[in-house]
Amino acid sequence: MNADLKVKAEHAAPSASTARETAATKLKVENLSLNYGKFQALNDISMEIPEHQVTAFIGPSGCGKSTLIRCFNRIHDLYEGISTQGKILLDQRDIYDAKVDLNLLRSRVGMVFQKPTPFPMTVFDNVAFGIRLYEKLSSRELEERVEWALRQAALWEEVKDKLKHSGQALSGGQQQRLCIARTIAVKPEVILLDEPTSALDPISTGYIEDLINELKKNYTIVIVTHNMQQAARISDITAFMYLGSLIECDDTTKIFTQPKESRTEDYITGRYG
Amino acid sequence: MNTTTTPLYRRRKRRNQVVMAACLVATGIGFLFLFAILFTLVSKGISSISLSIFTERTRMTDGGLGNAIWGTLVMTSVATVFGTIIGVAAGTWLAEYGGKRKTAKVIRFINDVLLSAPSIIVGLFIYAVVVVPMGNFSAWAGVLSLTVIIVPVVIRSTEDMMQLIPNSLREAAAALGAHRWWIIVRVCYSGARAGIMTGILLGFARISGETAPLLFTSLNSNQWNFFQLNNEMANLPMTIYQNMTINAFIPDLVSLAWAGALILTAAILILNIAARYFSRQRS
Repeated sequence: MNADLKVKAEHAAPSASTARETAATKLKVENLSLNYGKFQALNDISMEIPEHQVTAFIGPSGCGKSTLIRCFNRIHDLYEGISTQGKILLDQRDIYDAKVDLNLLRSRVGMVFQKPTPFPMTVFDNVAFGIRLYEKLSSRELEERVEWALRQAALWEEVKDKLKHSGQALSGGQQQRLCIARTIAVKPEVILLDEPTSALDPISTGYIEDLINELKKNYTIVIVTHNMQQAARISDITAFMYLGSLIECDDTTKIFTQPKESRTEDYITGRYG
Repeated sequence: MNTTTTPLYRRRKRRNQVVMAACLVATGIGFLFLFAILFTLVSKGISSISLSIFTERTRMTDGGLGNAIWGTLVMTSVATVFGTIIGVAAGTWLAEYGGKRKTAKVIRFINDVLLSAPSIIVGLFIYAVVVVPMGNFSAWAGVLSLTVIIVPVVIRSTEDMMQLIPNSLREAAAALGAHRWWIIVRVCYSGARAGIMTGILLGFARISGETAPLLFTSLNSNQWNFFQLNNEMANLPMTIYQNMTINAFIPDLVSLAWAGALILTAAILILNIAARYFSRQRS
């Protein structure tokens, strides 16, 4: 069966140029390994993430997909006892270089977390938080930018009369879109989404998936998801990880129809995970 | 429905009832004392409460408690300001930077010891290091000893409240490119503000009734002293003590002491209610 698939894959290969081939590379991972103390969580990972595409990471719990995307903005650096080897190039510059300013890096590579994390302040201040860090805007410009970000996150209509209310009083789905608005507001180049819909109901999930589709025109999107249908619906590229290694990374249609690796196929067809 | 029960279930139910009853009795005893105290204070103190209590200074006849109330207010407020600055800064360091470091563990331990240190020892310490070298009792010495008492209270509540802020919020703020101090000031403090305020209010209430540390430091006085912190300063707890003991032969002074006790208790009660109100605002 394995051989069968391989033949199919080779047949498919010369077809029309794929997303992976046409787009410029935004992030390039080179031989990346990561240890939590003595435990090796990532094992020699190399891959490319194309610009203005959605790249999805799938794999069973604990396979290292969240650990990997948390390297892209070096959020791991907040904690002690985590060591990395290898390189991650953002526009050809290594983000692990000693000269890199972490805060500037994070303003270019935004992140939305699994659980909504609205700050204990108003809706407006939540969105303005990141803008105020790097830009000195007049109050009118700031208001315009906040409205723009909330519109981009498809939240404006629901909160335009609640801007002075606490961000923590919104519903879970609205909170997550607020977090996306907050991330967009600083105009990053890459948006990392770490299982952004796993705590949400199907309707809110639908909103966020539509949103991701919109956002990829202007941003490079990297998403971790447990939900394979979601990866299939929204991503252009899918990477399958297992036990800290990258097993396979290819166009989403290929991964879901003719994966090269039997482990990928086993996972996708629900044989384990 | 199955109405037969096993012996094990019956035993457990009986035990539950016994413990429940014990809890109720214990609560009742607590309430009894609280109400007995309040009742005694109100019945003995309310008759002497008048405007002149707040406007007249303490003297042998026809006096009030104005200077004592003012002195307690000044010393407690200044000590709370010092305690807030030191306590919030130290508590923030412990929660945000100290973590599991050895220095942090040592500071935490010392702070816990200080939290339960007898207040007379604190007074004695300030007496030895401030009052004796300076050669006179002063309100500053009183302020210092009250500061030593309130600081550990504020440190503890600040650290506890900061630790209640979930790490995910710090991560989210860092992911937007915020510096660490900015995350603390804007995100952590906005979340912990109500709790920290509660801790400060409770500390204020605690030191407003302290007597032992003032005994050695600010002493007492029957004169008005508005802002001369280098001199002795009157205060409510010491005045209550003196009127009830040394001056017990003058009935007017004894009833003034009861009025003072009522005012002090009412103030502390109000502060505690305010603290509860603040902490409820948080949730």
